[in-house]
Amino acid sequence: MKKILSTLGLVLLLSACASGVKLNDVPVEDKSGAKVSVAPDPVLPAPMTAAPNPNEAKSAVVPVDTTSAANLSAGPGGNVSKVVFFDYDSYVVKADFQSTIDAHAQFLKANPRAKVSLEGHTDERGGREYNLALGQKRADAVRQSLSLLGVSESQIESVSFGKEKPAAQGADESAFAKNRRAEFFYR
Amino acid sequence: MTLLNAWTVILLGAFCGVLPAQAQFRVEISGVGITQIPIAMANFRGEDRAPQKISQIIAADLERSGQFRSTPADAVIDEVSRPDFGPIRQKPADALLTGSVARMADGRFDVRFRLWDAVKGQDLGGQSYVVVPTDLRLVSHRIADQVYEKLTGDKGIFSTRIAYITKQGPKHFLWVADADGENPQAALSSQEPIISPSWSPSGNELAYVSFESRKPVVYIHDIASGKRRVLANFKGSNSAPAWSADGKTLAITLSRDGGSQLFLIDAKGGEPKRLTQSSGIDTEPVFTADGSAIYFVSDRGGSPQIYRIPAMGGPVQRVTFAGTYNISPSVSPDGRWLAYVSRMGNAYKLHVMDMVNDKTWPLTDTNADERPTFAPNGRLIMYSTQSQGKEALMTTTLDGKIRARLAGQVSNMREPHWGPFLNP
Repeated sequence: MKKILSTLGLVLLLSACASGVKLNDVPVEDKSGAKVSVAPDPVLPAPMTAAPNPNEAKSAVVPVDTTSAANLSAGPGGNVSKVVFFDYDSYVVKADFQSTIDAHAQFLKANPRAKVSLEGHTDERGGREYNLALGQKRADAVRQSLSLLGVSESQIESVSFGKEKPAAQGADESAFAKNRRAEFFYR
Repeated sequence: MTLLNAWTVILLGAFCGVLPAQAQFRVEISGVGITQIPIAMANFRGEDRAPQKISQIIAADLERSGQFRSTPADAVIDEVSRPDFGPIRQKPADALLTGSVARMADGRFDVRFRLWDAVKGQDLGGQSYVVVPTDLRLVSHRIADQVYEKLTGDKGIFSTRIAYITKQGPKHFLWVADADGENPQAALSSQEPIISPSWSPSGNELAYVSFESRKPVVYIHDIASGKRRVLANFKGSNSAPAWSADGKTLAITLSRDGGSQLFLIDAKGGEPKRLTQSSGIDTEPVFTADGSAIYFVSDRGGSPQIYRIPAMGGPVQRVTFAGTYNISPSVSPDGRWLAYVSRMGNAYKLHVMDMVNDKTWPLTDTNADERPTFAPNGRLIMYSTQSQGKEALMTTTLDGKIRARLAGQVSNMREPHWGPFLNP
């Protein structure tokens, strides 16, 4: 199933490229958003899915290599960690995580079609938007480390979840430490 | 003007009052020397048979404002009766609200009220409304607005709407509700977080940040139709939407050029124009009501502080100096007051700054206050905080003396934003 999804993802990605318009730049009117309803316990709308772009040629055929697609979305194998932790109020990648960064850089350079999202996170203290900006600093720090190792910027997107997606619940230092992180997410 | 010779409540220490039956909210009053107008509330004739207790909704609105103290008139008095003011003055009360609710043959309701100056025994006017049953709350808020405006001279905000976010298990919801937190309607539900809802000046649209595509993307959502569009989905994070006063432009935070920086973007979309240039974080923009300036948060000085920049760009001026963490600015519509959150030790507390007299004070006794937002008349601030381990929405007066917890059937209410005045 995962393989099929990855394949689909790649097809969408490639067809987006073929159209000459970046998906990011296309204004999307999404019809799956819930309408205002008076129900106190509204029904969830269908999960967001990428809608096919009606402006694209419908007859285009894009060849897909499923083997490599599955591997690309899995990222580097073995014991390579996909998380980098940060100190309190710090946005500097610690030396402990250099080998992790190196492994991801090697993988990305060996697989120029692989794309990774670097997702920054913070602990729960403070405001949501400011934490979003702090998480971005962490993601950007990892992006710069990869960049220095020769990974193409086109393979990397650094984004932030701020304090919205904690890895550990709790209001103590052990939970905070697990939440101050950046994660590698291969697309 | 006897009526405006407001009665003064002297309360020693603090007390928590819970309204009897059908309590709409909980009001905390602290401090001494609170000036309030005492108003007697008659039971509206026929309201026992109506789906909403009109007089109680009005009383709750007026009390939450901090400017009124309501007391039951202990009688059913409709808008055509000539009240006996003797017992009313004894309460004591300077004003009396009377009215009636009648169900019409077509199922709608005819709601009428009359306001009296109880001291002079003078009729201050009344009105009638014919509404469908689901608008009975709205009509109650409209009547509260009229009473408020008649007796204080300021425009009432009770018929305005608020937006906020809840998290229930794995689900995140964007809600639109009455200003008292009642009558919530879901505008969006998602498996992924939603933050930073922001009302357009027309009150028809909300901009917000949704993580449903595994990154922060800014949407604009038409409330009545449920239709929405992507405003900003550039490489990196897209967040912190804030509308200009004319609704044509939004300020947003983008990381696409590195760092988190402020941009201006047309409400219809298009190419954003960079507003600030710093090597660190610039975020949480908010326009002044006159559209001339933008307040925002920046760590350019080494710690997050609030700054101000002309809306068209230009020299940046620092606004907060005390402490090492001042975020989430909200400016009053008259531009005089700045509400924001300041870290004190391990506590995050709502503060307000009088920018005319350069004075600042804390408003709460809670420790995790977030995201203040001014009422459109500038007399109340709404914010979220943690109370007994749960996130709740509160309102406070600018002196911090009257705080009310908003109604809500769920816990984890957060990210409030107060909508504009709406035309009836």
